Formats: sequence, structure tokens, C-alpha cells
Amino acid sequence: MSEVKTATAPRAVGGAAAAPDGWGPWFSRAVLRNGPLGGLIALVAVMAALSGDFLNGQNLLNVGVQASVTAILAFGVTFVIVSAGIDLSVGSVAALSATVTAWAATGQGLPVWLAVLLGLAVGVVAGLISGALVAYGRLPAFIATLAMLSVGRGLALVVSGGTPIPFPGAVNHLGDTLGGWLPVPVLVMIAMGLVAALILARTYSGRAMFAIGGNEEAARLSGIDVARRKLVIYALSGLFAAVAGIVLAARLTSAQPQAAGGYELDAIAAVVIGGASLSGGSGKASGTLIGALILAVLRNGLNLLSVSAFWQQVATGLVIALAVLLDTLRRRSAR
Amino acid sequence: MTGVNDDVPDGRELLRVEGVTKAFPGVRALDGVDLTLRAGEVHVLLGENGAGKSTLIKMLSGAHRPDSGRILVHGGPDGSADGLREVQIRSAQDAARLGIATIYQEFNLVPGLTVAENLFLGRQPRTALGLIDKKAMRARAADLLRRVRLDVSPAAPVAELGIARLQMVEIAKALSLDARVLIMDEPTAVLTSEEVQTLFGIVRELRDAGVGIIFITHHLDEIGALGDRVTVLRDGRSVAEVPATTGEDDLIRLMVGRDIAEQYPRRRPDAPGPPLLRVRGLTRLGAGRNGAGRNGAGRNGGERDGAGREGGGRDGGAARPVFEGIDFEVRAGEVVGLAGLVGAGRTEVARAVFGVDRYDAGTVEVAGERLAPGDVRTAMRAGLGLVPEDRKGQGLVLDASLQDNLTLARLDRDTRGGLVDRRGQRREAAAVAERLQVRMSGLGQSARTLSGGNQQKIVIGKWLLAQTRLLILDEPTRGIDVGAKVEIYQLINELTAAGCGVLMISSDLPEVLGMSDRVLVMAQGRLTGELPAAEATQDAVMELALQSPPGVTGETHTDESAMEGSDV
Repeated sequence: MSEVKTATAPRAVGGAAAAPDGWGPWFSRAVLRNGPLGGLIALVAVMAALSGDFLNGQNLLNVGVQASVTAILAFGVTFVIVSAGIDLSVGSVAALSATVTAWAATGQGLPVWLAVLLGLAVGVVAGLISGALVAYGRLPAFIATLAMLSVGRGLALVVSGGTPIPFPGAVNHLGDTLGGWLPVPVLVMIAMGLVAALILARTYSGRAMFAIGGNEEAARLSGIDVARRKLVIYALSGLFAAVAGIVLAARLTSAQPQAAGGYELDAIAAVVIGGASLSGGSGKASGTLIGALILAVLRNGLNLLSVSAFWQQVATGLVIALAVLLDTLRRRSAR
Repeated sequence: MTGVNDDVPDGRELLRVEGVTKAFPGVRALDGVDLTLRAGEVHVLLGENGAGKSTLIKMLSGAHRPDSGRILVHGGPDGSADGLREVQIRSAQDAARLGIATIYQEFNLVPGLTVAENLFLGRQPRTALGLIDKKAMRARAADLLRRVRLDVSPAAPVAELGIARLQMVEIAKALSLDARVLIMDEPTAVLTSEEVQTLFGIVRELRDAGVGIIFITHHLDEIGALGDRVTVLRDGRSVAEVPATTGEDDLIRLMVGRDIAEQYPRRRPDAPGPPLLRVRGLTRLGAGRNGAGRNGAGRNGGERDGAGREGGGRDGGAARPVFEGIDFEVRAGEVVGLAGLVGAGRTEVARAVFGVDRYDAGTVEVAGERLAPGDVRTAMRAGLGLVPEDRKGQGLVLDASLQDNLTLARLDRDTRGGLVDRRGQRREAAAVAERLQVRMSGLGQSARTLSGGNQQKIVIGKWLLAQTRLLILDEPTRGIDVGAKVEIYQLINELTAAGCGVLMISSDLPEVLGMSDRVLVMAQGRLTGELPAAEATQDAVMELALQSPPGVTGETHTDESAMEGSDV
């Protein structure tokens, strides 16, 4: 590709060393050009080489299950990041939604469907509040959602009294495995990913997200109601967080007020590894999915290799930095 | 004006560019460019937008590297016979080490820091203890500011300076680097004629001191006034090197590659149609904020917006209105020019009419229907469109595709059942890009990579696709080359022939006179007069523009009191 060439060719000018042979071009092509997907493939190859257990169907499905909650959260965060915002509250909102669902069904005896709707509504309302603080209160998104992070977690503890609440049996099927092999969380992840992709690519809200994230003033002067769009964006993020919270609680068969703590950072990492820019205007649902998978493959692989949890954290940090670094290089060479 | 050198100066060569090429994906930006710069000359780089001027100077300042070709710089005692040696300029630091300083259109100044801090950013003088020696820094800054005849305190925050002064600070910074090669990218684009003269004085002093200056401008009259030699770029090639005394017509022909029959090809309608836009008693009180202050320009860094409007509310304290009692109408098929000094309130009126900013009194009617104040969407539905003066900061989503930019204002209309008809959008965008003859590699190209003229076509195309009936153009051709200007004028003709109305704000007086059917003139927030095309002369417009409107105490005109640009 010409963009790869422009990155290396100028050095050859003026008698300097010629473009490197051997692994260089292969590496450029496989990883730089394909971006996040190349990174995922490389990581899978490394893990498969290091551990014989990795490439087994059951284990791969396991990776999918481990990625699912992060991915669903990250799809919601993708909307926010594309529009040049940030949402730190998704982990707390997930826990709050699950807690409210369990409290309504198990504690108050509401019908399960109503309890689930209530849980989803809690996510939307939390998002609307964050969105209103950003759009109308002109708070920086970082601050507004940091506040919601704290409030959401606090309310989850208040509602549950600080102890896990058993999740209603009907909803626990969301944590099941179909036909003995297909985990439902993976299906939910795929469904939410398709919905997110559709929203980003084809809906008015989605196109407005890119315009607002790219240049808010130009979007406003082109007739986009920026404040209202922001409400919708944060509400969507809250809704996705609620779904993630319910899936997580179904897997654990109980709503735990302390669940999903720190997941917001995994979600943001997944979005950014997936190629979105924190300054807004770019991002894809497929990239976010790959970002979540990269994180899950890494954790799963390191577990198989019996790497200690402490070193896993170090490795995760390195991979996040490396992934975004490679992506930056890729963009620079394409310029 | 003196300083026109007919002969090529016989100073030694400072810089030589030989057969440089540079390709970007889909675009061949430079294709064998040659350029020589001697000590003590002003070498004008002339070319349409997209001809490769920016790429070339970015290469000299280390932002891009050539794909092939050589850059040679005068290298002191260890150089070869002619004193030149080949160099690789890989970074801004490399350029600085080689004595090459560049003043870009977008300034590289930190708004929150003082003038002195900006001048010595990253290389502040230190005391023996390693702390910053503020005293020495201020003294040296004061000395530099004197050299550029800039009367501001070294302790003044840069954020408080207007655009002309920012420019001078940039020049002072270049001086402090002891640059032997100074590259200036359209330094006069936003200066008043007085400021231009000051700038020319400083440039001449530098030239006499042996500095080689590469000067980019779109104002052809500046070439004879300041330049020694001219290198003309066209489509990435250096097509000619001629003396600066070459006539304007010849320069245009070299630049465009053909003759331009008419600079202002306005076809006036026999009789204008019914009124489309009627503005009555529009008033906005309050000083200080003029609406431009809170726009999103900051994001794209260094946009010149806002700063150019410093006159809007500087009087502090008891304030004159931003604009007051504005009455006018625009009829179908008509181009109404809105002239006035920078800071007269023209942009503010346009933003209020379009519903971006609120107003305190008055009405805006489109085709007899009154618009709600402060509501862009209502204004758009009524058929208004605004091409803002700050193209990059407000007109475009720079990193989005051309298709997304072109269809942004019709997103509502293309949405059915929540889903956007992307295929239909692509069709519409392709059709309008074809009609506007946008030079692009495809609709997926990002707006950032287009030249200024083509970017402006995209902004206008956006409103064509939104079926705008009354288009407000704010400085539609600022920073755009001659060829693209004429294309935009022809587009204005097409629009009015199709029954649209156009309100054109411009500080380029020949453009206002050449393209308007009627000229409105604003001064200090009021309309001071209206002239039919036949009576609109430069003198008549300037007289109205300098008038103190009734009810305004005759304040003295400060440095913004001259028509922008040097064509007055």
C-alpha cells in the first residue's frame, strides 16, 4: 500500500539505508494496515503458540463470555467517545441497574419483565442526568460522569443494603449456555454490537455523533440540535450499561452492588484500542468489539500460562499502550 | 512605495530546493519543485490553493519529508564550493538549527502565557540556580518587540492581543531565533492596510540585514511592492521563476494556466424578485461578548476568528450595542453586499439572523414568516443557510469525509424511520461535488486534505443540498486563490439566476463592488448607508464605513479602522 511506503521510503532518499527487508514489511502490512484486527490476530497467534489449551473451542467461547460484559459497556461508551465526550459512570450504572432489577423482582415481588424494564429505565435515567449536566449544565463530561460514578455506586449500595440480592430465575437464563455449548452472553454481545453498529452508521443520532465529535460548532451551524443529541448519546450509554449489568448479574446469579467496579476503564480502553480517538469524530462498533476481545484474550491467555494476577495487570497496561501506539503510527503513516 | 528591485539580488544562495516530490494517498502534492533563495531577497511563492505551497513550506520547516529530490542549505565553512550542503529536515528542531523559521497562518502561540514567555518558550534564559531569569527574559523580549515596532508590554498575556499583534509577536519570535531563512505564509491575509505597511517595513529591514524571505500571498499588488523574485507553483510543479515586476495579468496566467476573462463575472438580474429576507430593527445590546467568543474555533487551534473582531466589544464599561436598529431586505435573485470595517458588527448580524446568537430587539422574516430568535433549525427550515467566515473552525468537520460534510445540513431530511438513507446521500453528494467541480480523490476523502478553495466549495455545496433559498456568505473568498474565487462567483450567479438571494459579507472591497447588486455599509454596529451598484465606489463605501453613526460618540478610530487587506 502506498501509505505504508510513504512511511518508510523517505529515509531512502539521499543515500541513506534502503527500506528494511525481512520481518519489517510483513509486520507493517499485518499489524499496521489492519490496525486492531491485526493486533488481535497477532495476540491470538502468540497465545496459541505458548499454550496448547488456548485454541480449543470451549476456551474460545470462554474468552467470548469474559469479553461480553466489557464489550457491551464499551459499545455504549463508543457513542460517547465518538461525540468527543467520556463516560466514567458505566460500571456503577451497570451495578445500579442490576441491583434495582433484583430488588424489584426478588425483594418487591414485581413481575420479572417489569423488573427488567425498570432496571433498563434506571440506566437510561442515569444517562439522561449525566447528559443534561453536560449539555445544559455545561459541566465537563469527565466531571459529570465522575459524579454519576459515585452516585450510581452509592445508590446501588443503598438499594441493596450492601449485600448481594439473588437474581430472578427467569433472567438468569441470560447467563446460560444454549445447547450445552453456546453461551447466551456472547449472543447478547453480538446483538448489542449489531445494534451499536447500526446506530453509528445508519441513524440520525449516529451520524450526529460523528459531526458533534468532529466539530461541534460546525454541527450546530448545520442545524444539529447539539444539546438534545448529547442527551440521547448519554442515555444510550446508560442503556447499554444497564444491559451489561443485567448480563453480568445473570452470570453471577445475583446482583452485587460492588460488581463491575473499574469496568468503565476497561470499556474506555476497549474503545480506544478499537481505533476510536478520544478527541472525537472517529470510532467503530467492530473496533470496540475487537478491543474488548484483545483484553479478554490477554487475560485468558495469561491465566492459562499461570501468570500471576499481579503481572497480568502489568501486561494489560502494556498492551493498552502498545495497541494505541501502533494505531497512532498507522494513522500517521496514512497521512 | 519603494523597495522594488528590478534585478535579481546577487547575494549568496541560502537555500536551494531541487526536484522535490511528495505524494499523499491519492494526491501528488509536489511534482518536481525547484526553488532558490538568496540572502537579502524577498522571494514570493505564488500559486492557487492546492498548488503545493503549503506542502513545500511544511517540508522546509520539517513537518513533511520529500519522497525524492534534494534540499540544500548554506552550511558555513565546511560546505562545498558554493557553500551549500544537502540536509534532511526531519523536525521543527532541525529547521531551527538550520536557521529556518516559519510563520504559519495559524499561529503557534500559547494564549495563557505572556508575550515574553511565548517568545522564549522552551529556551528561557536561566539564572545561576537554573531558575527562569524573568528579568533577562523581559528585557530581551522588550528589545525584540521594539524591533518589530510593537507597542505591548512583554508581560501582557497573548490572549489579549488582536490578530495583527499576534502576527508581530510571531515575527519577533522568528527574529529571536536569528533565522537566516524566514518563511511567511500569507501574513497579510488578516491585516489592515496600515498594519500591512508596518509589516512591509519590517520585512524590508530584515531583507536589508541579509535574511532570505519566502513570502506567500494571494494579493498580487503586494508582489510588486515587496518582492524581488516570484516562483509560481501550479499543480505541484514550479512552472516559472519571474521577476516581481511581472504584470498581474501575466502572473495570473502563470498561476491558473489560462486567462481569466473576468475577475468579477456578476450577471445582474433585470428586476429582483419579491423580498426573501426582511430584517427590522435588529438590536443586540451589551458589550464584551460578541457571540464569537464562545464558538468552537479553539478546537482546531489558532483559527483567526474572534481575534479579527476585537473591535466588537473592547470599549469596556458602558457599552455601545453590538449592533442596533439594523433594517434591510434581500430579494430573490439579488446579491446584497455587506461592507464595513472589521469589528463593525457584520458577522454578529449574520449570526443573529441565522439564529446562532440571540438578539434583544427586532424581527427577522423569511418570505413573510417571522423566525424565532436563537433557533438555527427554524432558520434552516425557512430556507436560510450560513457559510461562516471561519471555514475550518465552523464550516467543516475537518476529519469527516466529504460526503458527510456535504450532507450534514440535510441529515434531517434524509432520515426516514430513524434510519439515514446513506445511498441517497452518496448520490446527492456526488452530484453536487460534480456540479461544483470539487477537486478530490473521492467522496471518502477527508475535508482536511482539500485546498481552501475546494473546502469552501464543500461548505457551499452543503447548503445547496439543503435547498437553501437565501444564503449568507461571510468572507466567502478569504484565503482563496483567483481561479477558485471566480468559480465561487459563478456559483453565486447560478444561485441568483435560480431565484435565490445572497447576502455577502466581505472585507475585500473590489469583491463587494464587483459582485453586489446593492451594497449595505455598517459602521460601529449600525447601518450607515445603502448604495445601488451603480453608485457604489470604493470612496463612497469607505466614507460610509468610517462614519460615526448618529448617537455614537465620535471615538477615535484605532488600528482596526481601515479596510482589511491592502486593496483599499
